[in-house]
Amino acid sequence: MRFHFKTTYDQDIRLFPDWWNFSLYAALILLLLAMPWLIDSFFLGEMTNVLIWAVAGLGLMLLTGQTGQVSLGHSAFMALGCYTTVNLMEAGLPFLAAFLLAGAITGIIGAIIAIPALKLHGVYLSIATLALAILADDFIVILDHWTGGVNGYFAPEIWIFGVEVNRWVNPAAWYYLALGTALFVTLIYRNLVRSPLGRAFAAVRDSEISAQAMGVDIARTKTLAFGLSCAFAGLGGALMGLFAGAFNNETFNFLISIQLLMMIIIGGLGFIHGAFLGAIVIAFLPQLLSMSTDFMGSSSIPGLETGVFGMILIAFILFEPMGLYGRWLKIRTWLELFPFARRDMFKRQKTYLKTERLR
Amino acid sequence: MSLLDLKNVTLKFGGVTAVNNLSLSVNEGEVFALVGPNGAGKSTVFNMISRFYRPFRGSITFDGEDLLKQKPHQVSSHGIARTFQNIELFERATVLQNLLVGRHRHRKTMLLEEMFFIGRTRAQEREHRHAVEEVIDFLDLQPYRDKHIAGLPYGVRKVVELARALATKPRLLLLDEPASGLSVEETQDMRWWIDDIRRQMGITVLMVEHDMGLVSKVCDRVLALADGAELAQGTPAEVQAHPAVIEAYLGTSAISKTANAKGERV
Ligand SMILES: Nc1ncnc2c1ncn2[C@@H]1O[C@H](COP(=O)(O)OP(=O)(O)O)[C@@H](O)[C@H]1O
Ligand SMILES: [Mg+2]
Repeated sequence: MRFHFKTTYDQDIRLFPDWWNFSLYAALILLLLAMPWLIDSFFLGEMTNVLIWAVAGLGLMLLTGQTGQVSLGHSAFMALGCYTTVNLMEAGLPFLAAFLLAGAITGIIGAIIAIPALKLHGVYLSIATLALAILADDFIVILDHWTGGVNGYFAPEIWIFGVEVNRWVNPAAWYYLALGTALFVTLIYRNLVRSPLGRAFAAVRDSEISAQAMGVDIARTKTLAFGLSCAFAGLGGALMGLFAGAFNNETFNFLISIQLLMMIIIGGLGFIHGAFLGAIVIAFLPQLLSMSTDFMGSSSIPGLETGVFGMILIAFILFEPMGLYGRWLKIRTWLELFPFARRDMFKRQKTYLKTERLR
Repeated sequence: MSLLDLKNVTLKFGGVTAVNNLSLSVNEGEVFALVGPNGAGKSTVFNMISRFYRPFRGSITFDGEDLLKQKPHQVSSHGIARTFQNIELFERATVLQNLLVGRHRHRKTMLLEEMFFIGRTRAQEREHRHAVEEVIDFLDLQPYRDKHIAGLPYGVRKVVELARALATKPRLLLLDEPASGLSVEETQDMRWWIDDIRRQMGITVLMVEHDMGLVSKVCDRVLALADGAELAQGTPAEVQAHPAVIEAYLGTSAISKTANAKGERV
C-alpha cells in the first residue's frame, strides 16, 4: 500500500504530485527515448504510428472526453492540418514552422466552424460533423490545386535543424518527431486540465446550467474546446499524411473519424492515458488480426478489422464504459488496498434524478 | 438599502402564469425567504434573476444595475451565486474541482498562459485554492475534498453546492430549498451556516424554503407566494399568521403541513 500525504497545495497544482509519480513518468519517457535501440525498425514504425494516432486522439479526447461534445468530423481537420502543412512548406517555410502554424490555422478554422455547429446538441452535432467529414472528401478533390485531388500528394522532404526525417533512411528521426509532438500535445492537455479553462470544459460537460451560473460562457468555452481539439487533430493529421509518404482524399476518409472516436472510448473517455491505450489498440489490432488469419490459414477477410473493432467497442460500452484506463485504475486500487478491497467497491453509484427543467 | 429589486415581474409558460406581477426588494445584509406551495413560482423567480428566463414584463435590478441586460454567464460576475432545487453539480469531477469552478469569475489568465502554464497561472491557482480551502473549512468538507461527486450522499451534495456558490465570493446568495431532503441534524447545520454566511461574511441571502421552522429562525423577512402572485409579506411571524397564507396552506397540499410539523421540532 502506498499512502498519499499532501503537505502543500502545490502538490495538486504541479504536473506530478510526488517524487514517486514523477519517477514513474521519467522512467517511461526514458524508455520511450531508448526505443530505437531496443526494437527493430519495423516495430519502431508501428510505435510511430501509435504516437500519431495518440496525437489525433488527444485532440478528440479534449472535445469528447473533457467537454462532452461528440465530433465525427475530425478526419476533415486532420486533412486540413496535413494539406496546410505541405502547402506552407511549398511556400518556403521550414517544416517545423509549417507544421506548428498549420496546427494553429486548423484550430482557428475549427473554432470558426464550431460557432454555428455547437448550437447543435448531442447526436445532432455528431451528424453535422459527420457530414463535414464526408464533404471534406469532395473538397479535397475540388481543390486539387492545393491538394493534388485524387492523384494526391507525395510528402515533401522533411528537415529539422539539418537532420533529414525520412521514414526509410532514419526511422528513429520520424519516431522522435512523433514522440516530441505527442509529448508537446500531452503537456498542453495537462496544463489545460489543471487550469480554469479545463475546469470550465468539465463544467460544460456535466451541467451547462450550473456552469453558466458560475460564470462560464458556454458558447466561448465550447468554441475554444473545438478549436484546440481541431488544432491537435491537425497536427496528428499532418504527421499521418507525411508518415504515409503519399496521401489523397482517401487517406482522410470519414472512417478515420469513426475510428478515432472508437479509439478514445476503448481507451477511456476523459483520460490522457486513454488516448494512448486506444492508439495502441488501433495500431496493433490489424497486425494481430492478420497474424491470426494467417494462422488459421485463410487469406484476408474484407471488413474483418472494422467488424472486430466494432465488437470490441460494444463490449466496452456494455462492460467497461470507463475504457481500458478505467479498468486499470480499478486493478490498481485493488492492488493498493490488497487485501482490503471489497467486491462491490466499483459498483456504479445510483445517480440522483436530474431533469432538463430548472425546478 | 435595497440590493435586489424586482418590479412588476410577469412570466408565462404557454397558458400558465408562473409569476404574476410580482415585486420584491431584498435589502443588503438581510436574509429574505420566498415561501409558498409547490408550483407557486419560487424557482421561476430564481431562474429569472439568473437570467435563464426573461420576464415578459417588469424589471430586475441588482445594486442599481439592470440585470435584464446581462447574459446568464454574466450574472455571477456581479456577485450573484445560487444553488439549485435539484442539485446541479459537476458529477464527474471531484469536490475540489467543483469548488474551483466557483472561482471561474475571478480568473485573470489568458488562453496561452493556461496552455503553457506560464505567467500568472500558477500563482492564480494557489490563490483559488486558498479561497476554496476557506470555504471547505467553513462547511467542514475536508473529508470529501478529493471525492468524486458521483459517489457522494445527498446531504453532502447539498453542502457541496452551497460551498461552490460561496467559492464565487458573492454579494447575494440565492438558495433554492437548502434544507429539503436533509435530516434534522443536517437542517440544524444549515441553519447555523446561513446565520454565519450573513453575519461573518456579510452576504445577503434570498432563499426558497418550505421548512417554516428554519425560515422563522434565520429570516428577517418573508414573502409568501401562491400561483405566482404575492399573498403576504413581512416578518416570519406576521406571514405565518396572515389569514391568506393560512388559507392557502390549509387549502393545498399535505406536504407543506408536514414540512410545518417538522419545522416545529427543529
Ligand atoms: N420550463 C418550464 N416550462 C413550462 N412550465 C414551467 C417551467 N418552469 C416552471 N413551469 C411552471 O411554472 C410554475 C411555477 O413553477 P416553479 O417556479 O418551479 O414552482 P416552485 O414554487 O415549486 O419552485 C409551475 O406551474 C410550473 O409547472
Ligand atoms: Mg421550486
